[in-house]
Amino acid sequence: MTSMGITGFEIVINAVKLLIIFLLMVQAVPILVWLERRGSGFIQNRFGPNRVGPLGLVQLLADAVKFLTKEDFAPDKGNRFMFYAAPVFALIPGAVAFMAIPLSVPLKTPEHVFLIQGYDINVGIVFILGVSSLAAYTILMAGWGSGSKFSLMGALRASAQIISYELALGLSIVGIILLYGTFNLTEMIQAQHGGLSFKAFGYTLAASWLPNWGIFYQPLGMILFFAATFAESNRLPFDLAEGEAELVAGFHTEYGGFKMLMFFIGEYAHMMIASGLMATFFFGGYSIWNLTPQEVYNWCYGLVGSEQLANVLSVLLHFVSFSIKLAIFLWIFIQVRWTLPRFRYDQLMDLGWKTMLPWALGNTIATAVIIFATTYFVIG
Amino acid sequence: MPIGGVIFITLFIAAFGTALIYLARWTGGRAKKTSQAKFDIYECGLPAEEKKDTKISVKFYLTAILFILFDIEIIFMYPWAVNFRHFLNTGAGLTVFGSMMVFLLVFIFGLWWEIKSKALEWD
Repeated sequence: MTSMGITGFEIVINAVKLLIIFLLMVQAVPILVWLERRGSGFIQNRFGPNRVGPLGLVQLLADAVKFLTKEDFAPDKGNRFMFYAAPVFALIPGAVAFMAIPLSVPLKTPEHVFLIQGYDINVGIVFILGVSSLAAYTILMAGWGSGSKFSLMGALRASAQIISYELALGLSIVGIILLYGTFNLTEMIQAQHGGLSFKAFGYTLAASWLPNWGIFYQPLGMILFFAATFAESNRLPFDLAEGEAELVAGFHTEYGGFKMLMFFIGEYAHMMIASGLMATFFFGGYSIWNLTPQEVYNWCYGLVGSEQLANVLSVLLHFVSFSIKLAIFLWIFIQVRWTLPRFRYDQLMDLGWKTMLPWALGNTIATAVIIFATTYFVIG
Repeated sequence: MPIGGVIFITLFIAAFGTALIYLARWTGGRAKKTSQAKFDIYECGLPAEEKKDTKISVKFYLTAILFILFDIEIIFMYPWAVNFRHFLNTGAGLTVFGSMMVFLLVFIFGLWWEIKSKALEWD
């Protein structure tokens, strides 16, 4: 099942799968918004939304009703087509890239193997990096289409920031690609199954109670990657795009109602990709601590005593594991936003070009030298 | 390549987004032109200026050009990184390792020159 599928049944299943993942992403956004407002309230010693329904959860519905009843507004001076197209395009890169991340082990039935991911791409990393950085275009479209100076300045700043951190982002994962020798996310997760064991100069140092996750091999790469994804998704320490003290709201100054909501969905989709990639590269993806999927399957089989049910249960357990990792990183995004102050623009550029880029370069060279030394001298 | 799936979901999301915009226009209605000021772009209490050609700092162009240079150099590292272990195991490790280190020297020189020539100073 590398393409859309051969038989009609497979095509239908794959299409339904894509739609379900997309709808899951979209409906996760209001919950994240609620979590963000509520969490920020508690961090800043106030309440956040707590009047509408239990814990303020019905606030989300109230927000949706408000979005629906707002007048549809476009400024006179703007470019109308760009103005309306930008929020629609803002939805696309985040969702299309997220589909390539594996969410759980494949579901095996006697006739078929269903991958729990939108599509399995053999150059998944390159695809995700390429597609998700198209978000810079939607920001530029919004800034240009609004015809407002604040929007244009915000859009320019945002795109300069995104392309600057793209370098550190791209270079910080060269180390992990060197380590696993693959662009395929599923193969990368398979390499992280089981307990931790370092192999060097023919010796093996095992600590099987720890998981074999990438963070133990690439701690610096992890930190650089995570910091760069904050800049890529325009989140707070790097949200120069909407520095409200000087730019009102940056590239979405002129937007409101549903169009604004679509930019929000795009931003949260980027957070989800960042969290999903963090989990996949450095925290074992869907794997459960130091257990291999086979061990989990055997445990499930012992529990329910039927191969079919054990398969389904194992898929569910791995999906829950992935969701927990995703939720932890999403919460870190929210917590950081309400903890750190914003950078000044020259500090932001200095951090990206003069600090993170050299460190990522050093990480790449160090990883290459260590892999070279530990492998070459044993064989030679 | 699962190109079918990518095209399908891209078209679906585009249709979904367009439908949302039309839905909001239908339920909320178009904005009524009660005054010209309502349809002006955002401005803090002043009449909005008509200037079409906002001046933009040349630093943005410089950043974009430097980005293209360095991004292409980084992209060259990707195929090398993927095949590095394969080359090590087949005995061509020293050549592949050495040539990439020479390439990285050029990369580092470029970065050093860029910082030294103050191409990245924002003031």
